[in-house]
Amino acid sequence: MATTPYRVIGTRPVRHDGADKVTGKAVYTADFKLPGLQAGFVLRSPHPHAKIVSIDTSAAEATAGVSAVVTGADFPNVQDKIAQLGEGSVNLAHLSANCMAKDKVLYKGHAVAAVSATNAHIAEEAAAKIVVEYEMLPSVTDIMEAMADDAPLLHADLFTDDLGQKADTASNVAVHMHFEKGDVAAGFEQADVVVEAEFKTATVHQGYIEPHAIVADYNEDGRVRLWTATQGSFTCRQQTAEILQIGVGDVLVTPCEIGGGFGGKIAVYLEPTAAILSKKAGRPVSILMTRTDVFEATGPTPASFMRVKVGAKNDGTLIAGEAWIAYDAGAFPGGVIGPGCMCVFSCYDIEHAVVDGYDVCVNKPHTKAYRAPGATQVAFAMEQLMDELAEQLDICPLEIRMKNAVKEGSRRVDGPVYPQIGYVECLEALRDSDHWNSPLTGDNRGRGIAGGFWFGCGLKSSAACSVNSDGTINLLEGSTDIGGSRASLAMQLAETLGIESSDINPMVGDTDSVGYTDVTGGSRVTFATGLAAYEAGRDLQSQMKVRAAELWECETNDVSIADDGTFSGNGKTAGFKDLATQLFSSGEALVGRATVAPECPTNGFAAHIVDVEVDPDTGKVTILRYTAIQDAGTAIHPSYVEGQMQGGAVQGIGWALNEEYFFNDDDQMTNASFLDYRMPTMLDVPMIDTIIVETGNADHPYGVRGVGEPPIIPPPPAIGNAIYNATQTRMRELPMSPPKVWQAMQSSD
Amino acid sequence: MTTATKKIHVTTTVNGESVEFLCEPRNSLLEVLRDTLGLTGCKEGCNNGNCGACTVIVNKLPVNSCLVFGVEAEGAEIETVEGIADANELHPIQDCFLEGAALQCGICTPGFLVSAKALLEKKPGASEETIRFDLSGNLCRCTGYDKIVRAIQEADKQMSAATVDSTTND
Repeated sequence: MATTPYRVIGTRPVRHDGADKVTGKAVYTADFKLPGLQAGFVLRSPHPHAKIVSIDTSAAEATAGVSAVVTGADFPNVQDKIAQLGEGSVNLAHLSANCMAKDKVLYKGHAVAAVSATNAHIAEEAAAKIVVEYEMLPSVTDIMEAMADDAPLLHADLFTDDLGQKADTASNVAVHMHFEKGDVAAGFEQADVVVEAEFKTATVHQGYIEPHAIVADYNEDGRVRLWTATQGSFTCRQQTAEILQIGVGDVLVTPCEIGGGFGGKIAVYLEPTAAILSKKAGRPVSILMTRTDVFEATGPTPASFMRVKVGAKNDGTLIAGEAWIAYDAGAFPGGVIGPGCMCVFSCYDIEHAVVDGYDVCVNKPHTKAYRAPGATQVAFAMEQLMDELAEQLDICPLEIRMKNAVKEGSRRVDGPVYPQIGYVECLEALRDSDHWNSPLTGDNRGRGIAGGFWFGCGLKSSAACSVNSDGTINLLEGSTDIGGSRASLAMQLAETLGIESSDINPMVGDTDSVGYTDVTGGSRVTFATGLAAYEAGRDLQSQMKVRAAELWECETNDVSIADDGTFSGNGKTAGFKDLATQLFSSGEALVGRATVAPECPTNGFAAHIVDVEVDPDTGKVTILRYTAIQDAGTAIHPSYVEGQMQGGAVQGIGWALNEEYFFNDDDQMTNASFLDYRMPTMLDVPMIDTIIVETGNADHPYGVRGVGEPPIIPPPPAIGNAIYNATQTRMRELPMSPPKVWQAMQSSD
Repeated sequence: MTTATKKIHVTTTVNGESVEFLCEPRNSLLEVLRDTLGLTGCKEGCNNGNCGACTVIVNKLPVNSCLVFGVEAEGAEIETVEGIADANELHPIQDCFLEGAALQCGICTPGFLVSAKALLEKKPGASEETIRFDLSGNLCRCTGYDKIVRAIQEADKQMSAATVDSTTND
């Protein structure tokens, strides 16, 4: 093992919030109480598409114990306005209508009214007394049916934005986007081999174990105080303020501990409703969403329909690619089609390529980001086509990937040229891995590989570090901590200052106390907020240089800071804590601060290997062995990097093999429970081996890339390739559940 | 349907202490623990027994507290995540979860700790397959389970070693 230049980075300390989380003391939103707290319940539409003719809330209001009832009529009218949420954008009018329907319900589970009462049972019983008269409308949940000219229209005022031009007639297609490089027709003419296929993937949910939760207090001074489970307290503040039509300064968001998000806890659902209930009730209101409502009304990430075509020369060089991709946006425009288009060819250098993408409204919940949003669907298509090309050209699947892997200087179809990246290094690590070099034997068994790419983003982050009298530090930062980021940020600051991770108390601030910070998403926290923590440390050090010069009676320029954080000047030296203690007793307190907004993507790549066994009688696929490889740039806390890789891989396995929304003939979801949706349990998966590749990142002082998202991308195509290797049956539809695999095996016999 | 339901008096033992509470017949043990007794370590993830985040031990058996009525606690011995640590000392299972980074968001962690404690007390030396089978009722969406299984295996080792030590000392 090479020697590391770091003292703290690369070690595996116990996380700062650890003891609270293993003793039950950590306060999640549903654990937070206020005096007089009311419990809320949201009434939701049983129909996928209907006009609201009338709502009679009188019986609910008359129920003993009920403190408030709200409907869409209590929500201010919000004008069309696009708000950036950090990972994607949203039209605030749609966001408001999604929180509470006004005139129309657009999916089963769409909120139509809400009740607060002394307890949740009373609220639920009272909500059942609300009479909503609906006028049923025809509905559509299938993407291709929704794109047809005669499809039922979700929005009469939705006109396709076709490459910047608005269409004349209303449609369910919100956007058509197009990316192109080179001359695709000429490219395919040069191809010796062309593969082309259609692929479909099902709607899947992020599946966080904590349901959405909120405590809202509309204070007498007009301020709305929210305690909530959010991936971004500042975006939550903005969305809530816009929907309530009050200033952002009139909303205080305190992020509680958050029980998973994966992209699904960025948009608000309950916050405005709870705030309006609280205003009407004159008391604080909490709402804990039911699991059924979580499935039916939040989150899911798009189903897709894709037609992808790739051409290669006889030596395996990819020469042309063409992709037609439609993702469902759910009930409102604004799915994740953009990154889908940008990711379909993002792992390979293809001279000529064209991508057309469509964002399509259907009568399902509004789709949201889910870990590398949009990338997993297209990888399912492209990474299987890579294997099909390899087979036709009689080249090893790894070799064709190595030959065409993007590297520094490669241009993506959507324009950007990659800086230094680590896909080749990931593939080399795969080639050298024990897994790849261990023969797989046995009937009905197969091995597959696949790669994956996710941009990673910078955005805005803020941090402040205040020095205690003993030289320990309180680190205040704005990124809600979903998976151990307090540790990864504290470790970077400790590295910067030359102290231990345990010398730092990291704390996630509320929106009144910490500088603006964008969402915990885009694999950005350890990268961008880590950069803020580093810069705050540097700011502190420069202040301390000035003060040390005064103390040591020399010029500021005479004071130097060694790599280990030791200050020296005028023949004197002091470690950070020693100097900080001296300075604390000799003048004003020290606070370092920084806010950053790196614009660069961090470009994360992954490559996975999987061995499967397919039961020929049932089509059930068992994962025998799994190895996830990923370029982390630099792994700050390797255990949590591995954890991201393992967790992402198992989410990808669930997406590949089991998870999907089932709809009945009336377009109602029929499996809205954990039992019926069936995410992977402990018994469904083996250990997930990990290999961390560290190629650094010039845009970060410690070379961090961010690791959260790439590991969900390769599993579906890697498993698809393994199933093919085992059975000679090519799966073109997710999930690859037993009935589908069994059926496909019968037809390919 | 009536909202004014007569409350019932229940006497039970929670984490070794005798406890009395009043609850409506419809209140689940999960509601009682969280809302009446303030033991918010057990979490509501689904409220229908699918996720295991609310797992507590009732009379030595791990149960989903959302599927047990509060009134069923009468005379029972209940252990929750709040009772796992001994005074200020973490239980080996808790230590191993922290050392092994076996949690990310932490919402499922109390349920896993309680289930794992029940498992290891009943089946020390459990195989990986037994651990995975017995804890398949606890869902985790963050970790992929790898580090949870390893943490439980490590805790099992430490607990067995401690048992051997104390036996030797006797």
